Amino acid sequence: MPLTTQPITINVGPQHPSTHGVFRMRVTFDGEEVIDVEPIFGYLHRGSEKLAESRTYTQVVTLTDRLDYVASMTNNMSYILSVEQLAGIEPTPRGVWLRMIAAELQRIASHLVATGFFLQDLGALGTPLIFTMREREQILELFERLCGARITNSYMRPGGVFMDAPDDFWPALDRFLSDMPHHVDEYEGLISGNEIVAARCDGVAVVDSQTLIDASVTGPMLRASGVDWDLRHRQPYEYYNRVKFNRPLATASDNYARYMVRIHEIRESLGIIRQCIEQIEPGPVRPETVPALIRPPVGDSYVGTECPKGELGFYLVSDGGVAPYRCKVRAPSFINLTLLREMLIGDKLADMFVTFGSIDINMGEVDR
Amino acid sequence: MVYGVGLARGMGVTLKTLIGPAFTVQYPDRRVGLIGAARAYGISTPGLIFKRPIKAMRAVLGLERIDVRPAQAARFRGNEFTWYEDRCTGCASCAKYCPLGIIKIVTLPGGTNVQEGESYALDTFEIDTGRCMFCALCVEACPYDALHMGSNFERANYQRMGLVLSKRDLVNQPKHPSTWYRPQMELLDYSPFADELDDFKQAGRHETPSVERLTRRWVEDRRTSEVNEADEAVED
Ligand code: SF4
Ligand code: SF4
Repeated sequence: MPLTTQPITINVGPQHPSTHGVFRMRVTFDGEEVIDVEPIFGYLHRGSEKLAESRTYTQVVTLTDRLDYVASMTNNMSYILSVEQLAGIEPTPRGVWLRMIAAELQRIASHLVATGFFLQDLGALGTPLIFTMREREQILELFERLCGARITNSYMRPGGVFMDAPDDFWPALDRFLSDMPHHVDEYEGLISGNEIVAARCDGVAVVDSQTLIDASVTGPMLRASGVDWDLRHRQPYEYYNRVKFNRPLATASDNYARYMVRIHEIRESLGIIRQCIEQIEPGPVRPETVPALIRPPVGDSYVGTECPKGELGFYLVSDGGVAPYRCKVRAPSFINLTLLREMLIGDKLADMFVTFGSIDINMGEVDR
Repeated sequence: MVYGVGLARGMGVTLKTLIGPAFTVQYPDRRVGLIGAARAYGISTPGLIFKRPIKAMRAVLGLERIDVRPAQAARFRGNEFTWYEDRCTGCASCAKYCPLGIIKIVTLPGGTNVQEGESYALDTFEIDTGRCMFCALCVEACPYDALHMGSNFERANYQRMGLVLSKRDLVNQPKHPSTWYRPQMELLDYSPFADELDDFKQAGRHETPSVERLTRRWVEDRRTSEVNEADEAVED
């Protein structure tokens, strides 16, 4: 008698520790193999885009914190750049440098979270996650010194930042910058080259670069397939054209390559912060002329920024009033998730969550 | 590469961390041994054994616990507010600036305050911290430095109403304003965790105006502006 298996459909989520938030996948298995995936989301929908229409331009900053809540600073920055373009506000140099320092710190923190949870999904319960959280904690403490909040920062304002960094911020930042490379070595010692990780990740969930480009996937996921696309380099915003950095690439486009790209980007971000500290100049952190109630002229604006997860941009339409007429968020997590089905089909059950973790999504941003 | 080298290296990292100092902070309290307890109570170890034998005994048995306060930055935006009634004019800028509209202000005519002299009297000043997101936009908006973020965060409550800060709570609670958006406090070298800032005069960036200035501002200027308005009305 031939051995046959019956396809079985199960729901993963919405309340599942491995789905990184309230996300549901209806997965059909044939034995251990995934044969169909239907992603279902919207459980965390808060209507941020609609809420923005009834808030002033400054008040919307608080909403952007809550999109991708492990990368609030980069969200703030993306939104602020769009407002500045819309209203024609020229930021002050010190404000821009502070924004860049904050954004790069946030990129490190986000990549640490991504790496930690990716390894947690792989089954490395505890150790790597606690290692990465330990360093993320130091970044959050830096943010606390800088702006009083750890996660929902609301630090940036049109024209610069809310307040200059306090005196005790700079020594703490120096300490962090000198410690961090050792910690990255530690992660690499723990994970990179580890035979178990390699066996589980090499060649799993490979997508070719053309498919990724066709699906408008951006960020580390795209760079892991060998496409040199980094908006900080391609369309420099802020002062990114005044700092030098490498763009780490990988060619394998599998789970391991995505992990390696993130680890190397952490090192590059540290370099960018050092250059920012060298070039930062004293002065006001935001221009005096920016009014409390901004009324941009009629028009629209979009600035794409390279966030930890990919290209984030806010498309703002102004009708001349104090609140945006329309605010559309190009959320990288959401767009990177579109390839989930293609990536998972053919995977084993155990690899499903690893692949999901390697995409590095944040449900706050997917559902908005 | 020889199979297993990466594994051994990873194990090495784990071992190094195992024997290193702990990073975790126990909160809200932690166990202390004999020496730790003596240090926490500020007496020598023999002193503890002889003067407070019960505490020393508990410490030896590992039962003695001391409170731990996590390190906070001076700008930390806590789960409460500090508000100085004497500075507040009832202008409601904070309420208008709040993205959530959770500050409730009811005013009556006929109050006084330190900057403006004549102002509104506050009948109700309520902040529903249960809905607050601690963005500090209200603090940014307050033109008279009457409202500040607080530093306390241990305000867990069994009821939602317990999170509503009424005017009485705001007046009576200990004042530990955060230095967020208050550069004048950072210049004072004031630390929200060590000091209380009860004196409303120190909290602001404005000096207390003199009586003469207030008179000029509120009596003479107004009289001239009333005269001007009357003139304009006549011209119309
Ligand atoms: S901190 Fe923000 S949400 Fe809270 S009362 Fe002030 S403005 Fe409103
Ligand atoms: S706290 Fe400040 S902004 Fe609010 S009513 Fe009083 S003076 Fe006005």
